Amino acid sequence: MDYVVAFIVGGALCAIAQLVMDIGKFSQMHVMGLFVATGVFLGISGIYDRLIAVAGAGAVLPISGFGYFLAKGVLAQNEVNGWLAIGSGMFQFAGAILSFAVVLSFFTALLCKPKG
Amino acid sequence: MSLKANYLQAVKAFQPKPPYVFNSLKAFVVGGALCAVAELFANSYIRFFSMPLLSAQQLAVMTMMFLAVVLTGVGKYDDFSQFAGAGATMTLTGFANALASAALEHRSEGWTAGVASQMFKAGGVAIVYGVVAAYLLGILYYITS
Repeated sequence: MDYVVAFIVGGALCAIAQLVMDIGKFSQMHVMGLFVATGVFLGISGIYDRLIAVAGAGAVLPISGFGYFLAKGVLAQNEVNGWLAIGSGMFQFAGAILSFAVVLSFFTALLCKPKG
Repeated sequence: MSLKANYLQAVKAFQPKPPYVFNSLKAFVVGGALCAVAELFANSYIRFFSMPLLSAQQLAVMTMMFLAVVLTGVGKYDDFSQFAGAGATMTLTGFANALASAALEHRSEGWTAGVASQMFKAGGVAIVYGVVAAYLLGILYYITS
């Protein structure tokens, strides 16, 4: 059952992104930035937590999930050392994903040649 | 009124209207399918390695990103995202593909000037807006709480 919910929520987020791209004539990058910023906002205000509790990976895998991880890190560190912890804390969860993508891309460029 | 001033209006009649419903339906199905696969990974990590939920979700996302980067390396992800539109690009797999394809594209310019400096050409948007928004809202949260 949670697969169905993940499918619907994740698909709906992607469909919204596509509609914003088509109707507003935005480029892919603009929508990407918009979605990440929205994810941060919803993450800090606590709405995205509820969405993830319902949809699981269906809310994590869309690009707004990256913003959610940033926001979650900020919230988790905020009580510990004041405002300095905002900068160090935001990568607590998002850093795992970000650094993995960077290292993986670097080694892909090492191993593969561009096609086409 | 010159043509240049209202070029966008003048050219609008000749542009094909994008098939809104069909495009978003494709994005819905493909994006949803990717999310369902990620959910499958997360559930199986919880079941077989008894991980906490958050780590399992992170690892599931990483698995999907790994698959996306492998597909980018063999040159298949582009066809896929051409078909699926936002369903393939507005997920974290699309983010990984943006980094990997930029890195691959600039491979011939060398490791430092090519791969390392051009890697965030397309994907950097997500990081910059994410970090800026998180910093500002984090300060706001810190002040108000």
